[in-house]
Amino acid sequence: MIRFEGVQRFFPGVTALAGLDLEIENGELITLLGPSGCGKTTALRILGGFDRPDAGRLLVDDRDITKVPPNKRDMGMVFQAYSLFPNMDVRTNVAFGLRMRRQDKPTRFKRVEELLALVGLSETAHRYPYQLSGGQQQRVAIARALAIEPTVLLLDEPLSALDALVRTQLRAEIRSIQQRLEITTLFVTHDQSEALSIADRVGVMRSGRLEQLDTPENVYRRPATQFVAEFVGAMNRLPGRMGDNNEVQVLGQRLTLLNPNGRKPGEAVDALLRPEALEVVPDPAGPGTVTDRTFLGSAVRLQVTLDGGQKVLVESSSLSAHVQPGDRIAMRILADSVVIAHEPAAR
Amino acid sequence: MTVIGPGLAGADELIVGPPPMSRLRWRRERPRIWRVTIFVLAAIFFLGPLAAAFKYSLQQDKGGYGFGNYGEIIKNNEVRSPLVTSLEIAILSAAIVILLILPTVVWVRLKKPKATAVMEFVTLLPIVVPPVVMAAGIQQFELNAPSWMFQYIDHAQSGLIPFYVVLAMPFTYRAIDTGVRAIDLHTLVDASRNLGASWPSTLVRVVLPNVQTAVLGALFLTVALCLGEVVIATLLLYNTFPVEVLVLYHQAQVGASVALSMITLTFTFLLLFGLSFLGQRRRGGRATGVI
Ligand SMILES: Nc1ncnc2c1ncn2[C@@H]1O[C@H](COP(=O)(O)OP(=O)(O)OP(=O)(O)O)[C@@H](O)[C@H]1O
Ligand SMILES: [Mg+2]
Repeated sequence: MIRFEGVQRFFPGVTALAGLDLEIENGELITLLGPSGCGKTTALRILGGFDRPDAGRLLVDDRDITKVPPNKRDMGMVFQAYSLFPNMDVRTNVAFGLRMRRQDKPTRFKRVEELLALVGLSETAHRYPYQLSGGQQQRVAIARALAIEPTVLLLDEPLSALDALVRTQLRAEIRSIQQRLEITTLFVTHDQSEALSIADRVGVMRSGRLEQLDTPENVYRRPATQFVAEFVGAMNRLPGRMGDNNEVQVLGQRLTLLNPNGRKPGEAVDALLRPEALEVVPDPAGPGTVTDRTFLGSAVRLQVTLDGGQKVLVESSSLSAHVQPGDRIAMRILADSVVIAHEPAAR
Repeated sequence: MTVIGPGLAGADELIVGPPPMSRLRWRRERPRIWRVTIFVLAAIFFLGPLAAAFKYSLQQDKGGYGFGNYGEIIKNNEVRSPLVTSLEIAILSAAIVILLILPTVVWVRLKKPKATAVMEFVTLLPIVVPPVVMAAGIQQFELNAPSWMFQYIDHAQSGLIPFYVVLAMPFTYRAIDTGVRAIDLHTLVDASRNLGASWPSTLVRVVLPNVQTAVLGALFLTVALCLGEVVIATLLLYNTFPVEVLVLYHQAQVGASVALSMITLTFTFLLLFGLSFLGQRRRGGRATGVI
């Protein structure tokens, strides 16, 4: 198990980490998600030993590793930039960590072949990095990081230089390898679908702190804070009013409130609702007009302008959305719980 | 136009699109003419004096042409031993340059990027200070240095090495710095450390091979300097190879002196050629880094 305990890191004029607490269970894949500059890379670099915290501790299985240098940590890292050694072919790159650990040649060869087979690149063993595509290079980098049988695999946006198709493919591969090897993994990304789709748990970071650490479903459906709600996925703000027993009234429906923060009954609030948590029905007496309709294949995205001028996004299954721009509509809420805004929009 | 090499001919392929009218054709020709002109002028400028010197070195005392001067040098021990001395100095200086400058450059780039400007200035100082002043300074230093130091800085050949390393620094530092700047040093070093490599291992196995060309350039500059520097060597009474060339010249053995220069030149050229060939082969035909 890996534990960040109140880890702080300051740079001139910037607080990169403001007391990060994070626990990663063995064999678990955690993605760190957050806006640019929130400290994701800093957290990863500190775990990898490339940077030292100004305060706080790092524990692996209750052993303090805060001061252990990176070459003694047994952590495999895959970098965002292409990091294969240009002077070595694929096989030598993958074997590098083993050579540093003074393993004999037959062992190295065997391990390299296993790993190249694992990432599906056995054919390229004798090529040099410049003869590989970006996706292939990152695969080799993953094989190289795994070769040393690390205690943790660290990935810092390893897919961000790749095109969309290779990205989705490779992230699925990373996940399946990670599950097969049961290797503890910390994966940094600012791509939400990436973070949500491959993680056991998602950590959403903001200004050097963890806002929420939970399963992808919970982060999406039951965000702990307004920031998480608005950062992950698209979000609408709809006017509502506080009711009794931690309930909010929105569009005439009663919803359980997830983040009350001491609001009093009767107070006006902004309720945050996902586009797919809303449904439209044609209704000439309804409170809004459809102003735009985008067909997405499996779904239809509608822009609804309420009579107050506010714009709301609605996403419905394309089979049920029979409305056209110009139609008057009424809206219904499909969710039963909601987060309200305590601050101006996060983005 | 037949003298144009493949590099120049290849430039035509860079122009895409349908072959246009005569005006565009002229535009296309113009850079080529310039290139050839510059190439020819540069060739005359560099090769002219060399050819003249070579012809001169072939002139025999008794008249006619031959390799008499060259034979003289090979037979004459007084000429051979300074040559060996200079080669030793060159090789040792080159070794020190790698051991000293490469780690320094890497350290500055990784840990003290703000010191870049300071380093550039400091490494330029040997150019700013004239060699005569430097030699005078060295003499003063030797006069006042504590006696234990004389074991290192006496008039054996090794005494010149520190000065040559310093003298070469403006070139070696820049050459290696440029090479290091051309690679993603941070990522490569991090990756290497992450995989378990110590600092020395990282420098030797990861950094050095990827800045090979630049390091070879720096080495070549150092060797060339060691084989050509006379001011400090003469003032400090070392009998190195370039000093010997001058001595021969003053003894009116001008032919031998020029022949000697030709030998060094050829040697240096072969060295450069050999080094860069070696560098190319080891990375499978691909060169990274810049001189
Ligand atoms: N070496 C450094 N020197 C000074 N400031 C730094 C350094 N490294 C990071 N920072 C600052 O610390 C903050 C956090 O940086 P970090 O790289 O961790 O962000 P990030 O979450 O990885 O962002 P991104 O998604 O853009 O990669 C930023 O404000 C950054 O400018
Ligand atoms: Mg980052």
